[in-house]
Amino acid sequence: MAEHVFMNATIVGPVLVYVKGSKIVRIRPLVVEEGDLKPWTIDANGKKYSPPAKLKVGPCAMAARTQIYSEDRILYPMKRIGFDPKGDRHPETRGKAGYERISWDEALNIVISEMKRIREAYGPSAIAALDQDHHNWGIAGYRFGPYFRFFNTIGFTEVLHNPDSWEGWHWGAPHAYGFWWRLGMPEQFDLLEETLKYSDMIVYWAVDPDYVRAGYCGQESAIWFQWIKDSGKKNVFIDPFCNYTASIIADKWIAPRPGTDVAMALGIAYVWMKENTYDKDYIANRTVGFEEFKAYVLGQEDGIPKTPKWAEDVSGVPSRVIEALAQEWASKRTMIMGAGMGGACRTAYAHEWARIVVLLQAMQGLGKPGVNLWGNADGAPANYEVFFPAYADLDGMMSFSRAAKKKAINPVQQRLYRLLLADSILNPPVKWMGEGFCGQQLEQQFTKFVYPMPGCSEVKMFYRYGGASMGTMTEGNKIVKMYQSPKLEFVVNQDCWWCTETKFADIVLPACTNLERNDIAEFGEAGGYLKWGVTGSNYRVIAYQKKCIEPLGESKSDYWIFSQLAKGLGVWEDFSDGGKLEDDWVKAYFEISDLPKYISWEEFLKKGYYIVPLPEPYEFKPAFRWYYEGRKCDTYDTLNPKLGTDKSHELGTYSGKIEFASEDLKQHTPDDKERPPVPHYIPSWEGHSSELAKKYPLQMISPHPRYSFHSHFDKEGSWVNDIPAHRQLKNGYYYWSARIHPQDAEARGIKNGDIIRLYNDRASVLCAALVTERVRPGVIHSYCSSSKYDPSEPGKPYTLDRGGCVNLLTSDRLMSKNVPGMAPNSCLIEIEKWEA
Amino acid sequence: MARYGLLVDMNRCNGCYGCFLACRDEFCGNDYPPYSAAQPYSGHFWMRIVERERGAFPKVKMAYIRIPCMQCDDPVCVKQSPDGAVYKRPDGIVIIDPVKAKGHKEIVASCPYRVIYWNEELQLPQKCTFCAHLLDQGWKEPRCVEFCPTNALIFGDLDDPKSEISQRLATEKAEPLRSEFGMKEKVLYVNMPKRFVSGSVVFGDIDKCAGDVTVNLIGDEEKRTTRTNNYGDFEFEGLTENKDYTVQIKHKDYTPKELKANTRIDVHLGDIVLSKFS
Repeated sequence: MAEHVFMNATIVGPVLVYVKGSKIVRIRPLVVEEGDLKPWTIDANGKKYSPPAKLKVGPCAMAARTQIYSEDRILYPMKRIGFDPKGDRHPETRGKAGYERISWDEALNIVISEMKRIREAYGPSAIAALDQDHHNWGIAGYRFGPYFRFFNTIGFTEVLHNPDSWEGWHWGAPHAYGFWWRLGMPEQFDLLEETLKYSDMIVYWAVDPDYVRAGYCGQESAIWFQWIKDSGKKNVFIDPFCNYTASIIADKWIAPRPGTDVAMALGIAYVWMKENTYDKDYIANRTVGFEEFKAYVLGQEDGIPKTPKWAEDVSGVPSRVIEALAQEWASKRTMIMGAGMGGACRTAYAHEWARIVVLLQAMQGLGKPGVNLWGNADGAPANYEVFFPAYADLDGMMSFSRAAKKKAINPVQQRLYRLLLADSILNPPVKWMGEGFCGQQLEQQFTKFVYPMPGCSEVKMFYRYGGASMGTMTEGNKIVKMYQSPKLEFVVNQDCWWCTETKFADIVLPACTNLERNDIAEFGEAGGYLKWGVTGSNYRVIAYQKKCIEPLGESKSDYWIFSQLAKGLGVWEDFSDGGKLEDDWVKAYFEISDLPKYISWEEFLKKGYYIVPLPEPYEFKPAFRWYYEGRKCDTYDTLNPKLGTDKSHELGTYSGKIEFASEDLKQHTPDDKERPPVPHYIPSWEGHSSELAKKYPLQMISPHPRYSFHSHFDKEGSWVNDIPAHRQLKNGYYYWSARIHPQDAEARGIKNGDIIRLYNDRASVLCAALVTERVRPGVIHSYCSSSKYDPSEPGKPYTLDRGGCVNLLTSDRLMSKNVPGMAPNSCLIEIEKWEA
Repeated sequence: MARYGLLVDMNRCNGCYGCFLACRDEFCGNDYPPYSAAQPYSGHFWMRIVERERGAFPKVKMAYIRIPCMQCDDPVCVKQSPDGAVYKRPDGIVIIDPVKAKGHKEIVASCPYRVIYWNEELQLPQKCTFCAHLLDQGWKEPRCVEFCPTNALIFGDLDDPKSEISQRLATEKAEPLRSEFGMKEKVLYVNMPKRFVSGSVVFGDIDKCAGDVTVNLIGDEEKRTTRTNNYGDFEFEGLTENKDYTVQIKHKDYTPKELKANTRIDVHLGDIVLSKFS
């Protein structure tokens, strides 16, 4: 049988797909023609560093066959048994009812007539829709593609996302240094070269560059940490879990109690103040508000000097270690790798944590050679001049791109907020402050919302695109209740796989994966607020994603599905931008990019990829160096609104400088004691010193999974399930793993591999124990993002989950009074050995 | 004719499991007659990874031991299997004939490394083939090696002095995983971790990290000395397994301390608090 080879991509990198007949038999990292990859060279300290001339994708991409052919694939349109749109709907059986296969015609008829009915009766605001963060790769098919174009066209109540991966950075850091256009994450230009050349020491605070690499760059930067390992630089890790990078390169592992990192940071600042080991010139010239911060640290504000001893009592880290760290940090050129995802930034009051990381480094002269703020292992050399749209660029969004002749703008103003979704449906009205992804203006963090909005309807229909909330959001049992409420007259779920929420829908629509349709995208780049995330990869590779196999079963591309709905609602012309088919959009994205200057469409289709060459000579322009030197910003931070203006030497704060006491918080929320102008240590509302800790003494942290990409690659049959740190096979079932220290395990009679019950008042979840020295005693580490919600009594909230959705245990309490962030890493539980 | 070998660098692996997953992708559900029949979708680990956690909180290191078929030059599996059921190619790769080996479960037990797996459905013993079917088509390396992001697996021709593997073997001490098996394994390990003894010294009277303090390690076959770093931490790496050591900590102003450590496992002695001379 003939074998055909196609080029396509996964969320963690481009691949070659081998197809025999109609079946995919092999998926391999993309191999390009000899010589097409031209590795750059960084010269540092007498050494030359070059990455391999090969693409290093994420390991889970090698399990893609089991994802595409998984038993979890939704193959046909399905209708919930007991749901009759013309009669009884039985919302109370959502989650426990079975499903029967129906035809596309019947499914579309039901969805379209329900949409018509609801819009006529209540107006367009009565339909709410929520999309999943991570997706099949490709821009024509990404969530900002057909999903949003369709809903913007018809008008709907958008459910705003919270910046879940890096909450504290989003809600806190901008008030110290601007970068709200990057959602609180700092620019990362050339930080690899900066670190290799100038840093003597790296402090990795709540960051694990080796996990999933935060973004989409696979294992491209794995080699960088081998270089760093060999370099003689000192690597200090601060994390309650001895994370993957720490376990292979740490010179020192410091494990504070979860949620107490701010106290440790204050202890460090105290040492620097007392010993005068901080950059006074930088403080005087590049910052404002230091005296107020100093007063707080020295105890003049509250009578409590934030000494290392004080910090020890709070964090559990010995004061002598905090002192030694502070002294070494100040005596060397120290890089902090702190602007990361999934860790301390997802605890109660984590906005204080993120701010204080910025301020600590400001005390050492942020931007000075070797002294910078690294984040998610971005910062390789790259060509910033060649534009290619990515999914979060306006130009990568079907609704707003230049690829569209006519934009699609949502006429409905009402909004819901993802973290408040259940409460909003079940117990309106609900108020909150903050516009989800506040990337257009700092002030969006103060925008007030109320649901329902005057003049708008309560939501009657919920269209769920994807469905991983039980594994990724907080307090999922409330979401179960929400789905079962008669207030939601109609629920649709559209996905490629049965995921945690799919079984709560009335109609399920099968979507196909990106290997079953054409698309186009750059490896590792999200664009928009995360612009230049591609610098986490060693190369810029733009791949044509060619359809490899026919969609499985009766699954269809998202574009096809939304086209049918658009036709049914009479908005096809607008939705399709005058009749564009899916492939027309793919070509249009190519045409608005800079690629036609370098390669024709025909050549691009034939070759399958374009590798953007590095400019020669390459100009090293590290992040923040311009700021440190008092110059105009010279990095390619194109969304920085001050760039190219007479204020381009300023940061994006009100004062233009780093603010130890935030000017914008003083203006907008001066009385907020939970996010005050000067960052404070505030004991977690669910932490080691809470009253609740007497009943539930273990602190659970649930960062991003190492081996799956959130709920992707965790599907039924996935080869990733045979990795013990992901799941363990016991009595024929793959249990999610949870790490526990031997001391805590022994006290509970638990051995490695035992099935254990994690529980608190919110939920009960079964996991398999991984007994390990890699966690601080008292801390449980279990990844978020299980794709499987497997309740022992389906449809009954608060029953035991066997699938591993540890997020069910976490509180949906928002990060602080005015901050609508989630804080799943502030979670108290107990564990028992489960007598199965 | 090449003579293939694999070098496993224990210093480079970050535990990404890409080698294991790439191997699953290559073989699960794919027949490659006459080299191999399809691997079942779960249960086999032709590239097995054994995780070794070393030390104790808060001094912990990880090592990932990757175990494919060792492609021995003097393989027990060939000797203990019926004629021709398992054979060694001129390039060194050992193949289990997917037709002749059918029904011979004893081949599984023959390998002391336990890298042979039983396929219940096909009634066949199976193992890593160094992706011989791909090499014969002109691929440069097996799937696991191709995937590895950190050069932790190096594959090549042992008879070519210019190959990366030959160059590495010329200057580095490489050993089979179990030298006592004596099967002339073609998979060799470099930088295999042995044992460490570590600790963290504290000046008890002032509760400070005891930096720059002399620490001696005395065993019956070796003596080493080091000085603590700014955290008071010391570490002696690369020690022989299962030996008794004495650790002596000396500082002119403090009562010296002596501790014992046996390297059955890696030993973290924890905080060692020194008392001041009165």
